[in-house]
Amino acid sequence: MTSAVRFQKVSRHFGAVRAVDGVDLEIAPGEFFAMLGPSGSGKTTCLRLIAGFEQPTSGHIEIFGETAEGIPPYRRNVNTVFQDYALFPHLDILDNVAYGLMVKGVGKVERIREAEKALELVKLPGYGSRRPGQLSGGQRQRVALARALVNKPRVLLLDEPLGALDLKLREQMQEELKSLQRALGITFIFVTHDQGEALSMADRVAVFNDGGIVQHGTPQDIYRRPKTRFVADFVGSSNVISPDVMTVLGGEKRWASLRPEAIRLAADGIEAKVENASFLGASTRLTVGIKGTHLHVMLPAGSDIPDIGIAIRLAWQQDDVHYMDDAA
Amino acid sequence: MTALAITKPQTSILPRRGGFFSRLSDNFWRHPKLLLLLMLTPPLLWLGIIYVGSLIALLLQSFFSIDDFSGMVNYEFTLDTYAQLLNPGNFDIIVRTILMAALVTIASAIIAFPIAYYAARYAQGKWKALFYLGVMLPLWSSYLVKIYAWKLILAKEGILTWLFDKLYLSWLLDGVLALPVVGGNSLSVSYLGTFIVFVYIWLPYMILPTQAALERVPGNLIEASADLGATPHQTFRTVLFPLALPGIVAGSIFTFSLTLGDYIIPQIIGSSRLFIGQAVYTQQGTAGNVPLAAAFSVVPIVIMAIYLWLAKRMGAFDAL
Repeated sequence: MTSAVRFQKVSRHFGAVRAVDGVDLEIAPGEFFAMLGPSGSGKTTCLRLIAGFEQPTSGHIEIFGETAEGIPPYRRNVNTVFQDYALFPHLDILDNVAYGLMVKGVGKVERIREAEKALELVKLPGYGSRRPGQLSGGQRQRVALARALVNKPRVLLLDEPLGALDLKLREQMQEELKSLQRALGITFIFVTHDQGEALSMADRVAVFNDGGIVQHGTPQDIYRRPKTRFVADFVGSSNVISPDVMTVLGGEKRWASLRPEAIRLAADGIEAKVENASFLGASTRLTVGIKGTHLHVMLPAGSDIPDIGIAIRLAWQQDDVHYMDDAA
Repeated sequence: MTALAITKPQTSILPRRGGFFSRLSDNFWRHPKLLLLLMLTPPLLWLGIIYVGSLIALLLQSFFSIDDFSGMVNYEFTLDTYAQLLNPGNFDIIVRTILMAALVTIASAIIAFPIAYYAARYAQGKWKALFYLGVMLPLWSSYLVKIYAWKLILAKEGILTWLFDKLYLSWLLDGVLALPVVGGNSLSVSYLGTFIVFVYIWLPYMILPTQAALERVPGNLIEASADLGATPHQTFRTVLFPLALPGIVAGSIFTFSLTLGDYIIPQIIGSSRLFIGQAVYTQQGTAGNVPLAAAFSVVPIVIMAIYLWLAKRMGAFDAL
C-alpha cells in the first residue's frame, strides 16, 4: 500500500542551521499522526515541507506515491490549518471557507452549498455572514478547519491547532478532531509540543529532537518504552533514573525510566521520605526522597495520603523498570 | 519572607509629592477630558478659524461675480462664476488637470507597488534603512531645485537626449515626441515631460502608505492562499491587493490631490497650456478675478470629495 506521506533522507538546512536533518518517515493513509517535540526540533519544518512552503535541501518526499519536491503548494492536494488560523480578514466566513473552491473555479452556487456544509460539519452553521474578527478563538479554529476540509484534501496538516485555546475548549476540540478524522478517513498530521495532546489524539507519534526523529510508535509504546532519556523526559511524568541511583535501587547500572503509577506502598519496600503530596482527585501524586534522589509516585484514589515528612516504604516490579539508550 | 521584611509601618495612601503640579496632576487624573480639551483647543482653534474659516471665505467668494467694466467684485449671490467654468477654455483646463492627476496616480501606484512590496516583505536591517533613505531623500531637497534639475534632464540639449543619442535610440525619442498631444518639441515642453516629473515628485507619497499597508498583511495569509490552491496571480488579486488597497487609496489621495493643485511643475515643464493651479494663480493675481479663482479652487475640493466617496463605496476602507 502506498504511504500517504513518505520522507526519504529529507533534510532542510537554513544556512548552517539544520532544521531537518536526514528524516525518514512513513505515514499510512487514514492515520492520525502526531509530530511531537520542543520548539526548534524540526517538526514544523517537516509539516511545511509536506505543505510545500519549504523545499527540501536534499532527500525525497512522496505524497500518495507522487513526488512532491518542486511542486508548489497550490498544486498539492494537501491543506493546512494554521497555528493562528490565518483567516482572510477582508472576507466573511462563508467566503473564507469557499476560498479554496473559488480559486479552483467552482461555480458560486455550488461553492456556497459546499461551504455551508463544511460549516455545519464544524458546528458553525449560520455563521457565514460574520467576519473573522467577530468570532472567538475556538470558532476561528473551526472556520480554519472547515476552510481546509471543504477542499477534500488527501492529507490535512494541523500546526499546533489547539495551542491558542483554553483548557476546556482544547479538550473538547481534541475529541471533535478525533471523531472528525474517524468519520472523514482523511490522513491527519498534526504538530504539537504538548505530549498529552499527542498521546491522547494520535494513532502514531513521532518524537522530534534536533532536526531528527528520536522515536516513533504508538502512544502506548512511547509512553511505556521511551527509547532515550530525551523521550522519557519530554513525554514526561515518568521518573528518569541515572545509572548510579539505579544500582543503589537494586537494578542494572543503566539509565532507566519508571512510571509513577508502577510504584506502590509495600511494607518490605525501600524506605523513602515524603517531600510533597498533591491530591489530584482520581489519584494522589507524591514526591519522595529515596536513596539521594527524588521520585514521583502516583497513589490510586482511596489510599491514605501520607503526611509530609514521614517515612514510607515503596516497591515496584523489576519488569516495570525500562532501560534506555544513554543518549540525552 | 525575611527579604521583604518591612521595617516600619507604611500608610496605604502615599502623600502628595510636590505642590501645585502634583495637585494639577491629580485633577487631570480625575478629569481626563479636561486634559484632552486643554491639549486640543489650540490646534482646533488654528484649524477651525484660520484654515476652515479661510476656506469658507473662499467658498463665499466663488458665489460673487466680477464686473466686466470696472473689474470690481460684485457682492451679490450668483452662480454666473460657476457657469464660467463651463466655458470651453476653462472646462479644458479642468479636464486636462483631472486627466493628468488620474494618469499620474495610476502610474505612481503601478511603480510604487513592487518597491513597497519588496520593502515590506523582503528588505531587512540595513536594506530597509536604505529603502527609507532612498524614498525620503528626494523629499529633503528643495522642490524647485528638483524641478529645474528635471528641466535640464528633459531639455532638448539635456542628458536624456544625449543618452538616447549614444544608445542609437534617437529615433525612439523622436518617435515619442512626434506623437500628437503628449509629444512636443522636446520632453521638457511636452505633456509627457510634465507627467514624468509629476510621477517623480509624488512617488514617495504613494510608496510609503502602500508599504505600510503591505507590512500589515501577515505572511501566513499568503501561504494560506497558496495552500488553498490559489496561484500567485490569484493570491495577488484576491488577498494581497484587497488588503493593500487602503494603503494604495491613501497614497492615491496624496498623488491625486497634489497633482490637482500643483501650479509650479506645469509652469516650468510642459506645454504652455494651463492646469487648475495655474488658472487659480493667474485669475487671483494678474487677472484680478478672485471669484473665478475661488470657483476654480472649489473644483479640486469637489473632485476629491467625489473620489473619496467612490473609494469608500468600492470598499477601499473595508480592510482598515
